[in-house]
Amino acid sequence: MDTVFSLLAISLGAILSNNFIFSQFLGICPFLGVSKKVDTAVGMGIAVTFVMGLASAITWLVNTFILVKFDLMYMQTVAFILVIASLVQFIEMFLQKSMPTLYTALGVYLPLITTNCAVLGVALLNIQNSYGFIESVVYGITGGLGFLLAIVLFASIREKLVFADYPKNWEGFPIALVTAGLMALAFMGFSGLQVW
Amino acid sequence: MNLKKQFMDGLLYQNPVLVQVLGMCSTMAITTSFFNGLGMGVAVLIILTLSNVIISLIRKIVPDKIRIAMFIVVIAGFVTMVDLLIQAFLPDLAKSLGVFIPLIVVNCIILGRAEAFSYKNGVGASFFDGVFQGIGYTLVLLIMCIIREFLGAGTFGGGILGPGGKGITILPSQYPIGMLTMPVGGFLVLGTLIATMQWALNRPKKNKEESK
Repeated sequence: MDTVFSLLAISLGAILSNNFIFSQFLGICPFLGVSKKVDTAVGMGIAVTFVMGLASAITWLVNTFILVKFDLMYMQTVAFILVIASLVQFIEMFLQKSMPTLYTALGVYLPLITTNCAVLGVALLNIQNSYGFIESVVYGITGGLGFLLAIVLFASIREKLVFADYPKNWEGFPIALVTAGLMALAFMGFSGLQVW
Repeated sequence: MNLKKQFMDGLLYQNPVLVQVLGMCSTMAITTSFFNGLGMGVAVLIILTLSNVIISLIRKIVPDKIRIAMFIVVIAGFVTMVDLLIQAFLPDLAKSLGVFIPLIVVNCIILGRAEAFSYKNGVGASFFDGVFQGIGYTLVLLIMCIIREFLGAGTFGGGILGPGGKGITILPSQYPIGMLTMPVGGFLVLGTLIATMQWALNRPKKNKEESK
C-alpha cells in the first residue's frame, strides 16, 4: 500500500501544489503561445501529457541502462535532448501512419514539444529526485495533466479577456502574464496540501 | 555589419525577453536574487556566443533538413560544458539554479538566434549578435532580480553582497511583500516590464505621426 500512497502523493503534487507551470516555471512558452483558444489548448495539453509520459519512461531507461552503467552521467543533457527530439519525431511518424485522426488533431503541436522545457525538465527532475521507473512514468503523466489543467483554465480566461477593457500598452503578453500571475496566486493555495 | 544597430537591437528594439518574448521560463524562475540572475545571464551569454560562432562556421556544410538537430547538438554540448564548470567552481550557484542550467538547451533564445541569425550570417556578425543578445538578456534578468529582491525581501545584491552573502538590507523585514519572491511575482513583474517596454517603443512613433 505504501507505494500506492507515495504514487498518489506524487500525482497530487505534480497536478496541484507543484504544478509545472505555476510553481516550477517549466513549459511557459507553449503555455503562453498556444492558449488563445480552448480547443487548441486542449490539443496541446494532451500532446504534452502523452510525450511527457513516454519521455519519462524512455529517458529513465536510457539513464539507468546506458548512462549509469557506462559511467557517462555527464552526457545526460545531450543524451536526453536527443532522445526527446527523436521520440517526438517517431511519435509524429507513427501517428501519421496508424492514427490519422489523432495526428490531424495533435500534428501541429508535436514539433513544438521538442523545445518544451517541461519535457526535458521532467526527465531531469526524475533523475534528480531519484525516482524509480513507475514513479518516473507517473510523475511524467501527472505533470502533463497539471499542464493540461493549467493551459485549459488559462485559455478559458483568455477567451473572456478579449472583451475586457485594459490599457493599450498591456495588450498581448503583458495582460496574459498578469492573468497567469493571478492564477499562480490561486494555485499557491494548494502549497500547504499535505497528503500523508 | 552594423555594430551599433546590432547593439541597440540586442538591448532595446529586439530585446530577446521584452520584445521577442523568448526564454520566459528561466527569466521568471531564477530571478529571485541578484547573483542568480547574474550567473544565469552570463552563462547564457557565453553559450549563445559560442553556439552562434560554431553554427555560423558550419552553416554551409550542414544540410537544411537536419539543421535543427545539429543546432541542438551544438548547443547541448556547450551547455554541458558550462554546467560542469559551474558545478565545479560555483557550487552554490549550481544549487540555487538547479535544473535550469541544463534547461538552457531548450531556452528558445539560443535556438531562435541560431535559426534566425547565425545560420544566415557570417562568423563576425554572429559573434557580436550572441554577445549583444546575451547582454540584453542579462540586463532584463538583473532588472527583474533587483525589483523582485527589493520589493519581496527588502535586500539588494543577494548571493554576493552583505553579511553572509544574504544581500544588503534596505527595507526592514516587516515591510517587504514576500509574494514577489514567489512564482506569482515572476509573472507580475515580467508582465509589467513588457508593458513598460511596449509603451516606450510605441511612444516615439506616435510623436512622429503627429508631427507629420
